[in-house]
Amino acid sequence: MIPANVRDDFPILKQTMYGKPFVYLDSAATSQKPKRVIDALVRYYQEYNANVHRGIYRIAEEATQRYEASRAKVAAFINARRPEEIVFTRSTTEAINLVAYAWGRANIREGDEIILTEMEHHSNLVPWQLLAAERNARLLFVPFDDQGLPLMEEFDRLLTERTKLVAVTHQSNVLGTINPVKEMARKAHTAGAKVLVDGAQSAPHMPVDVQDLDIDFFAFSAHKMCGPTGAGAIWARYEILEAMPPFHGGGEMIMLVQLDGSTYKDPPHKFEAGTPNIADCIVWGDAVDYLKRIGMASIREHEKRLTAYALSALTEVPGITVFGPRDLDRRGGAVAFATDVVHPHDVAQVLDQEGIAVRAGHHCTQPLHRRLGVAATTRASFYLYNNEADIDALVRGLQVVRRMFSPRPVPVTGGQTD
Amino acid sequence: MALDDLYREVILDHYSHPRNKGTIDGPDIKVEGANPLCGDELSIFVRLTGGKITDVKFLGRGCSISQASASMMTEQIKGKTLEGAKGLVGKFKAMMHGEPANEDELGDLMALQGVRKFPVRIKCATLSWVALEQGVDEFQGSHQKVVAKASTEAE
Repeated sequence: MIPANVRDDFPILKQTMYGKPFVYLDSAATSQKPKRVIDALVRYYQEYNANVHRGIYRIAEEATQRYEASRAKVAAFINARRPEEIVFTRSTTEAINLVAYAWGRANIREGDEIILTEMEHHSNLVPWQLLAAERNARLLFVPFDDQGLPLMEEFDRLLTERTKLVAVTHQSNVLGTINPVKEMARKAHTAGAKVLVDGAQSAPHMPVDVQDLDIDFFAFSAHKMCGPTGAGAIWARYEILEAMPPFHGGGEMIMLVQLDGSTYKDPPHKFEAGTPNIADCIVWGDAVDYLKRIGMASIREHEKRLTAYALSALTEVPGITVFGPRDLDRRGGAVAFATDVVHPHDVAQVLDQEGIAVRAGHHCTQPLHRRLGVAATTRASFYLYNNEADIDALVRGLQVVRRMFSPRPVPVTGGQTD
Repeated sequence: MALDDLYREVILDHYSHPRNKGTIDGPDIKVEGANPLCGDELSIFVRLTGGKITDVKFLGRGCSISQASASMMTEQIKGKTLEGAKGLVGKFKAMMHGEPANEDELGDLMALQGVRKFPVRIKCATLSWVALEQGVDEFQGSHQKVVAKASTEAE
């Protein structure tokens, strides 16, 4: 259950913006943090800051123990089989790049194919473009329909014995579409391909079980799930990590170093070179605790209700086109929309003055926007600390936008009607 | 209210009723620009006759600031030489970056001063100008019909 006073946990939401209540509708970009997570970060630096894995003295032991305990929490959060299947990175983007570099370069050869969708975030597209160019491999794209749902007949058609990897977003940061990754994984494995899932928008918003999904890689990050920035992870099956060559080389990931060569640790430490982002990875565990106490299923239900409310409210506003599935079971709480006449930059600017934070632009999905036929969209996204009042404020704000940009009378000289 | 400063009437007028929107067949200069503050796109077409800009048109999808600025730019540069146009680009960029401006030279463009209070939007205002400048530079460099790509990234 989402507690009725959950907003009290988030200090930043108490602010006013230009004298109005602060309405934060950009959790898809980053989430706000509960006080206990902020306090945990401060406590780390005040009480037990030390480098991990090598120190003998007391706080070095404590920092190490808490760092590895956080790894175990993050692993359990997505039902990994063991903590060693979680490699800490600095972001989802870095996690995907780790797979492209360390797994991709060892496993993708000329003529191999990688299947993506047309709705991918640039972070689950560009690393594969780099890999494909280097290895002379091909990228194929599953299109989506007018509702933003993937055309699975196309997926079936594109999947062949040449496919080595399917890399797909679990939940679109623009359309909200939840892709059927379990079905895609089953089919991909039958064809002999591995499956990477971009979980940046799913892990914070719904229960994720990587064993049940039966996938091979899952990338996600702390900052979209009430944790700090700078901490992310790649989950992979242990046997895959064992077989992979290292990503970054350096201290911490080695066993024996000689001038002319080195041996490496086992996963996950094989992939964590140098001093890690100790503080933020530790505190990610506190964010996991916070969310688990509320319950990921409760968070999903809450967002479904809010999204339903938002879709219904927004379609009542004249001139708004909302993108993405109408079926709430097939979408999450990112709602991108276009407004006739008014460009998203201007929508976001006016909403800002009303105390409302939304995002305007491509949201790192230029191909998706090209396919939608719009220069840019405005996006409102919800999380556990949003409520119906936030959406009411958004709708009122959009009315202010309409009034401000209502058509001007034709000037006496010099103008032309559009 | 601060937004009144950003969205002054003359800007909203140019946005609703842009001047010189369209294309030119066989332009002497054609430039495309995109805003890294993503979501604004512009194409600018210029015809030169006897060393002066005799026609200029623009096409684009973008926010009120980027489109209004492009519309105002086309009005201001018609009839100018390339050097004159470049000079105006310099004065406009200077104004957007905080320097005092001259109304006689800039006309309606003075209305864009309000954008300075919203630094993230400055790239919207300068998009068409940066594109024009790049197109003119390439034309002067090559003395040929020019198709160029510009981006306010270069700023």
